[in-house]
Amino acid sequence: MNLLDTTHSALRSLRANKLRSALTALGIIIGVAAVITMLAVGEGAKRQVAEKLKSLGTNMLVIYPGAVTSSGVRLGSGSRNTLTESDARAIQDEVAHVLASAPGLRGTGQVVNGNLNWSTLIYGIGPEYLTAREWRVARGRALDENDVRSSAKVALVGQTVAQMLFGGTDPTGETIRVKYVPFTIVGLLDAKGQNLSGMDQDDVILIPISTARGRILGQSQGRGRTVGHVYVKMAEGADMKGAEERVRELLRQRHRLQADQDDDFNIRNLSEVVQAEEAASQVLSSLLAAVASVSLLVGGIGIMNIMLVSVTERIREIGIRLAVGARPRDILTQFLAEAIILSLLGGLVGIALGVGGSLALERFAGWQVLLQSQAIVLAVASASVIGVFFGWYPARKASRLAPIEALRYE
Amino acid sequence: MPLIEVENLARDYQVGEVSVPALRGVTLSIERGEFVAVMGPSGSGKSTFMNLLGCLDVPSSGRYLLDGEAVSGLGPDRLAGIRNRYLGFVFQNFNLLPRATAQENVELPLLYANVPAPERHHRAAAKLAKVGLGERAQHRPAQLSGGQQQRVAIARALVNEPPLILADEPTGALDTHTSRELMQLFQELNATGITVVLVTHEPDIAAYAKRLLLFRDGVLVEDRAGGGT
Repeated sequence: MNLLDTTHSALRSLRANKLRSALTALGIIIGVAAVITMLAVGEGAKRQVAEKLKSLGTNMLVIYPGAVTSSGVRLGSGSRNTLTESDARAIQDEVAHVLASAPGLRGTGQVVNGNLNWSTLIYGIGPEYLTAREWRVARGRALDENDVRSSAKVALVGQTVAQMLFGGTDPTGETIRVKYVPFTIVGLLDAKGQNLSGMDQDDVILIPISTARGRILGQSQGRGRTVGHVYVKMAEGADMKGAEERVRELLRQRHRLQADQDDDFNIRNLSEVVQAEEAASQVLSSLLAAVASVSLLVGGIGIMNIMLVSVTERIREIGIRLAVGARPRDILTQFLAEAIILSLLGGLVGIALGVGGSLALERFAGWQVLLQSQAIVLAVASASVIGVFFGWYPARKASRLAPIEALRYE
Repeated sequence: MPLIEVENLARDYQVGEVSVPALRGVTLSIERGEFVAVMGPSGSGKSTFMNLLGCLDVPSSGRYLLDGEAVSGLGPDRLAGIRNRYLGFVFQNFNLLPRATAQENVELPLLYANVPAPERHHRAAAKLAKVGLGERAQHRPAQLSGGQQQRVAIARALVNEPPLILADEPTGALDTHTSRELMQLFQELNATGITVVLVTHEPDIAAYAKRLLLFRDGVLVEDRAGGGT
């Protein structure tokens, strides 16, 4: 029998038992649809996590000054004034693949607009700071070199601050008082959401670092241009471990530390956090796929079950076919063809349902999904493998029947 | 060279621990163009003999030459090929595929002979016309009478132009009138040179044959010319 005849005859016998064929295929349909949907949801979640992490600033080193030890009492990280603006500039100039090395000062303070006031985080920054932390300006302008040079009393405000002080109206051009000092708002930051530890990243105002140092955050001026922290943003794909080492060497050298002395600064490598998060979402994605695969497997067992019943029911038919000259392998291919067609049809419907289901989840449940062609190919491949795998045993059983016993079977 | 030549053909069935002999060594030959009736009471071994002739079963011992070829030692694939090309079966209960039309049933042997579809349709239609069922090609077995179903089975047996037709009680499920018509059809086929071997337990059916083989307790007890000569 050629392929066309085999396919034709397999389709005939599947049609002869429509309800049963449909129910059998349903197992595969649900399995394939589940695999596709779950993979899409998993990939979507992975993408979402990746995007979120990117907005937090990946490829980032954060450097804090070290701790002060005063008569045996050790104060926390950042309590020493060892980090300066020139350190930040040196990192920018001497370490390869640095996109931005941005020093900053940080403090809290009360911000007032008319009769509204709000306590918020105040950052003293330079123009490169926005790049380093991926802060974007939604309205107005960013801080520039001139603002820093002239210690201008200008500010960028975060969305939360704008909401608290201006109740949603455009704050640019307005004047607010930061610790009693009037500032003109020149820009509004884009919303950034929460960071990994749940802190609101929009509850912030940014002012020039020079202004902050002098008037607002009260950093001592006598000891050079010390800074509270330095954000170092590396190029995409840069070796973060290596960069961390080079920054450490550079700072130790600049701070004239002896080999036996501890670092007077701390470096935090955010890429490790990112890797951990990505690993977690990978696990989630694999778990979803694994659960879905189980349903595909159950669908395959359903096919095997029905094919076994079908072989028993059609022993007489097999006997007749053998009597008129069917070879055992003709019988084998016939039953195998039925199983494969059943799983392929199930697979196709399953794809349609899986793709439709994923899009519906995106549209109606608001989940982020990511359909990948590999997932669809994978689902079809597993459907056909299941057809062959679970169809094989019943088909072989059918092909091994002795003609005379099959003919006599009642 | 005889069409069929068997020597000491025997078949034992294994029933639990015990081996029950169904056929205890039969030696005979059948020439081309013969019309042979095989008779005997139940358990005489006549059906076993037919199944062995039809390559549906394999002998426990002995030799079977079909058209000069030793069939006894062949594997399942070769036996299927022999059933397909040399043999046409007609059974008591017709053994048609219930969900297929008469036309499709007749085409079945051609399907396994790898005959292309247009030729299959053509040849099957011709054989159905030959047995007088040209009008009913698209009917399913359930829509046909017993006699008509048996004619479909005969058309199926003939469609691959085999030299030998094996009929196992072909009239067993039919009334006298239909039986007579069917036997006349077998006689006509035999007249065209096809060898017919027929199992029956009715003497008046056996009377249509030219030669009579009588089996009892697994052995051939009588071999004589029959009424059809």
